Amino acid sequence: MSRFSLGKWLLPVYAVLALVFLLIPIAYTFVFSFNASVKSNIVWVGFTLDNWLNICADPTVCNAFGTSILVGVVATIIATALGTLMALALSRYRFRARSAVSLLLFLPMATPEIVLGAGLAAQFLSAGVPKGLGTIIAAHALFCLSFVVVTVKARISSLDPALEEAGRDLYGSAAQVFWRITFPLLLPGITAAALLSFALSFDDFIITRFNNGAVTTFPIYIYTAAARGVPAEANVIASAVFLFAIILVVVAQVTSSARRKRLAKLG
Amino acid sequence: MADRTFAEAGADLELVGIHKRFPGFTAIEDLDLVIPAGSFFALLGPSGCGKTTTLRLVAGLEQPTAGRILIGGKDVTNVKSFKRPVNTVFQSYALFPHMTVLENVAFGLRRRRIDNPLVKAHEALRLVELDHLASRRPQQLSGGQQQRVALARAIVNRPALLLLDEPLGALDLKLRRQMQSELKTIQDEVGLTFLHVTHDQEEAMTMADTVAVMNKGEIEQMGAPEELYELPKTAFVANFLGQSNLFTGKVTSSSGNSIVVDVAGVKIEVPKDRAQRHTGDVTIGVRPEKLMLTTEAPKPTPGRNVLGPGRVMDVSFSGVSTQYLIAIPGIGPVSVFAQNMVFGPVVHEGAEVWVSWTVDHGFGLVDEPEAAPRFAPDADTAAIATQTRKDLLTEIEEA
Amino acid sequence: MAFAAFGSQGPAVEQAPRKRSWIAWVLLAPGLAYLALFFLTPFISLILTSLQAPVDFGDVGQFQPAFKIENYATVVSQYWPHFLRAFGYAIAATFFALIISYPLAYFIGVTARKWPLLQALMLTLVIAPFFISFLLRTLAWKQLMSDDTPLVQALKALTILPQDGHLTGTAFSVIFGLTYNFIPFMTLPIYTTLERLDTRYLEAGSDLYATPATTFWKITLPLSLPGIVSGTLLTFIPASGDFINASSSFLGSASTQMVGNVIETSFLELLNYPAAAALSVILMAIILVIVGVYVKRAGTEELL
Repeated sequence: MSRFSLGKWLLPVYAVLALVFLLIPIAYTFVFSFNASVKSNIVWVGFTLDNWLNICADPTVCNAFGTSILVGVVATIIATALGTLMALALSRYRFRARSAVSLLLFLPMATPEIVLGAGLAAQFLSAGVPKGLGTIIAAHALFCLSFVVVTVKARISSLDPALEEAGRDLYGSAAQVFWRITFPLLLPGITAAALLSFALSFDDFIITRFNNGAVTTFPIYIYTAAARGVPAEANVIASAVFLFAIILVVVAQVTSSARRKRLAKLG
Repeated sequence: MADRTFAEAGADLELVGIHKRFPGFTAIEDLDLVIPAGSFFALLGPSGCGKTTTLRLVAGLEQPTAGRILIGGKDVTNVKSFKRPVNTVFQSYALFPHMTVLENVAFGLRRRRIDNPLVKAHEALRLVELDHLASRRPQQLSGGQQQRVALARAIVNRPALLLLDEPLGALDLKLRRQMQSELKTIQDEVGLTFLHVTHDQEEAMTMADTVAVMNKGEIEQMGAPEELYELPKTAFVANFLGQSNLFTGKVTSSSGNSIVVDVAGVKIEVPKDRAQRHTGDVTIGVRPEKLMLTTEAPKPTPGRNVLGPGRVMDVSFSGVSTQYLIAIPGIGPVSVFAQNMVFGPVVHEGAEVWVSWTVDHGFGLVDEPEAAPRFAPDADTAAIATQTRKDLLTEIEEA
Repeated sequence: MAFAAFGSQGPAVEQAPRKRSWIAWVLLAPGLAYLALFFLTPFISLILTSLQAPVDFGDVGQFQPAFKIENYATVVSQYWPHFLRAFGYAIAATFFALIISYPLAYFIGVTARKWPLLQALMLTLVIAPFFISFLLRTLAWKQLMSDDTPLVQALKALTILPQDGHLTGTAFSVIFGLTYNFIPFMTLPIYTTLERLDTRYLEAGSDLYATPATTFWKITLPLSLPGIVSGTLLTFIPASGDFINASSSFLGSASTQMVGNVIETSFLELLNYPAAAALSVILMAIILVIVGVYVKRAGTEELL
């Protein structure tokens, strides 16, 4: 069934072009991480490995990066813990306000970040809470929560209930069935949710901007530096993160398909 | 060819030298087939034999690796499926979930810009007794109802050639019988050509004018249902279509109208015009319902074959008939179907019996005896278990 | 919705019927408390702030609780062009993102089904942009479209662009930036829906005399509608509140300011909290209406 287009090659060629288009800024960022620029990284000066070798020559960049990591980890822990519990409740139990809770979880995803950011900032302002690391983490955990719930719910819905029933049939108590059967099976979904949450937190700018006070995360650093020119070290960090993430995804794909092949051979 | 009118009558279908290769295996090997216009043709075979692939080639959903397809004399091999005057009733129904039943049935009519598509769609739905569900969605119907809608959706277009891919599988017996007779009526009325693919031999024999038995990408035998059943030419056909008792032996004489085969010391006669081979080691057979069971040795009569004595090993009641399994020393198990003319079985387990049949009812197969299995290749549980155990032991040793 | 694309955990299995139990509330309690504290109360704060009045003789940024509903009128009369621009750009970006993403999603989800490894590779490339900060992505486009690049020179040579024209700082560049950033958001939900499309429907269409074009229009497109709606919502809503693309440091200029820019400036620079809050509330209300219409048609089950 490949007769949708004028020619068999039209669609594949288009797909390749579209993907190349998506990758242009990534390539640009990567290339310019090798630029021997001094302050602003707008004009190409020359090729150098210096930026990669001395990433933290300018400590502000690395500090911002470190702050982003810290915020990401803490926010992820909070969001994943709360979100997994909520996902279990929504998938497995019937209760009166179920649709309302679903709606409530959906709203943060539907709300424009600027509204979320401004709202939290307004609240912190009127509550007299000083803006800083704590407010950033709180804000991040909030918007990650809904995504965690969605991801874990998807995982739960792909679990065969017969597995837990078998556990109970084989004399497992409710706690044992949960920790020895349900939780390990959920782990891939929980891990995916945690990774998603971390990624969202790491890249967040808008909400952070309204609630950061004097603390600088990596995106905040880039934004404030954008006016005068972002130093190449930022490109290095971004490229490094990108490569790391891609490798992670590729490794995950390869191991899961290798595992599938091994299981097929045994069967 | 897909214009604004219905086909006036069915069209011929001709497959010439069709090969279909998929990466890794060949589904169809050199297939030649002619289906005359207006006939009801059944393609019968086990799963994986290539019958569904043949259907898809005719519909235009697959392209043959080699060969030509002609419909009504026109070469349609390179014609796309939406331009062929062919409609398919899919095994999975493939009813469009986002349209109502009525719109599903009217779909083909609308594409061809036929007048009054909805009126005709209602007519077709009335034919399958589903007009009252016309405004429902397919998901709201039962499996059997969906199948009838799929039938209506294809038939309403009165195509020159209608392809049916196991269309009646999900229906219960009564409805299936009803649909079988409806399909036959429609086919007779308008003279459409039907190509029906199925693994259900009873269905094929009841509905079709011609049956082709397919195995591993080739047609083993083709003909009218009675012809195929009473005179199978290969062991596959003999075992796939109904059951057969098969015996191997050497031809001892071949004079006159029949050959004589030595089966474990007993002389069995088979008419020459019903035997594919007349010399050497042959496999001959006879249908279980043609056998007569007697508790005393029958007097030797010309024109009749006798085997026995043997012991009744199993008696199996199935309503209309009873199946008796007889063990004859030197020959093996022999199966007899006897119509239940009286209440209860005529013999019981352990009884000593003889079987006999009219010489004219026997047949001789074309297969080499080593290749021919004595009975249908149904393995029993004990054999499967033993084989599996052997396989596991080998695997453990290798590991 | 199609957020499961982020997880892609395999097909859903029929679950046991849900139990009625108080344990549900125990599991929900921490999360609900968090949401109440950090999502619901901020909304209330926002509404209250939007009604505040300046303190008499106070400094900039000093406000007191009041019921100054005129704030809304002031804000609308001053900034209605920004609202229009925001929704206009967002609609344009959504439209272009849809046009660009649909064929891509179709290729990955339908045409490439026989090659699952290729599918996985292409999907990875689609979400790859997420792994580079979107600020850097937008900056990259700004550099690539700035006046001294070969691209702009070429456009000027072909007189598509006037000699003293700019590519950056225009509606074009802002919409371009928005479209680019949201292509993955549009592609993934459509891909998820198309991936589940049963090609036998397409065969049935072809069997029933539908040309490839008709098959697409009457069968594929309607059946992929859930994905299209998801992708559209996921694109339009964030795009309408965006202020990065339209900001002068990035792809915008003074003439392309969206409502997001105004909220940012009001809140963080001018310290005009009531104005910023009022604008936020209006934006949120409009979005809620749109989401409400969707929820009515699809039901809340579909949401998560």
